[in-house]
Amino acid sequence: MSLLRAGDAAVLFAGAALVVALTLYAWGGSRGDTAVIRAAGRVVETTSLARARLFSVNGPLGTTQIEIQPGRARIARDPSPRQLCVKQGWLTQSGQAALCLPNQVSLEIRGRTPAYDTLGY
Amino acid sequence: MTRSVIELPVSDADRRIARLAALAIGLTLAEAALPSPVPGVKPGLANIVILLVLLQHGWRTAAWVSGLRVLAGGLLLGSLFAPGFWLSSAGALVSLTVLALARHLPSRHFGPVSLSVLAAFGHIGGQLALVGVWLLPGSALITLLPVFATAALVFGTVNGLIVTRMLAAPAPDGRQSAPCTLP
Repeated sequence: MSLLRAGDAAVLFAGAALVVALTLYAWGGSRGDTAVIRAAGRVVETTSLARARLFSVNGPLGTTQIEIQPGRARIARDPSPRQLCVKQGWLTQSGQAALCLPNQVSLEIRGRTPAYDTLGY
Repeated sequence: MTRSVIELPVSDADRRIARLAALAIGLTLAEAALPSPVPGVKPGLANIVILLVLLQHGWRTAAWVSGLRVLAGGLLLGSLFAPGFWLSSAGALVSLTVLALARHLPSRHFGPVSLSVLAAFGHIGGQLALVGVWLLPGSALITLLPVFATAALVFGTVNGLIVTRMLAAPAPDGRQSAPCTLP
């Protein structure tokens, strides 16, 4: 009896593929690990994306709520009339940003390796 | 006053399960002494016994041995009903479920290595699911996923190869491919 049969090789290959996929998913360089929250251009909070948290930031129109979950962040609620930053949904990649211009609040994701040197809006 | 005597008949199957479970518990204890870089990354030597039992005595016996191993292992290591015990239980449960399905794979193509690797992924999957839901919900567990998956693949393969060798080991009288003689 041979040690490895055809199906075994297939299972091992599938297992290796799973490991590679998980590695790319978890350790892929572009995933962000920090959220930077700004109000009126000033940084009010820099937080890790490790655990779930909720922030409230005040702007000229009212309160913007920012929700942090493991590995992602979003603007949960905002008083802006067109809700553009809320509609952007979850941000996960380093360099992504959601801007609530009327309320002058922004949320930016940063990773270990910044995707861009600078961004101009 | 009449003394009532409760007799529990012990069948040969019971004795066999007890012997095999003792073997698995011994391996669990030996393994607990090994240092591990990350909690949860273990060779899972007891799974060798579970796999041999599954292939020789069927799934029911394997489930008994596995359950007894988790329970007695928890007692002996002092982790009974502690988080580690529940992690162990969840891993064993998912692993047994996976084995119940995987043992119907055609044995012409899928040998013990397949079963071992699938069971190892089931084990770590069950444990991580419990960790994610109960112990550390919303933590950055994702970062450690590749470590656990690699360990499952490597140790699952090694255990499976050991089982294959044991099943194919020559019997004491020199015959090839004799059934492995577990106690």
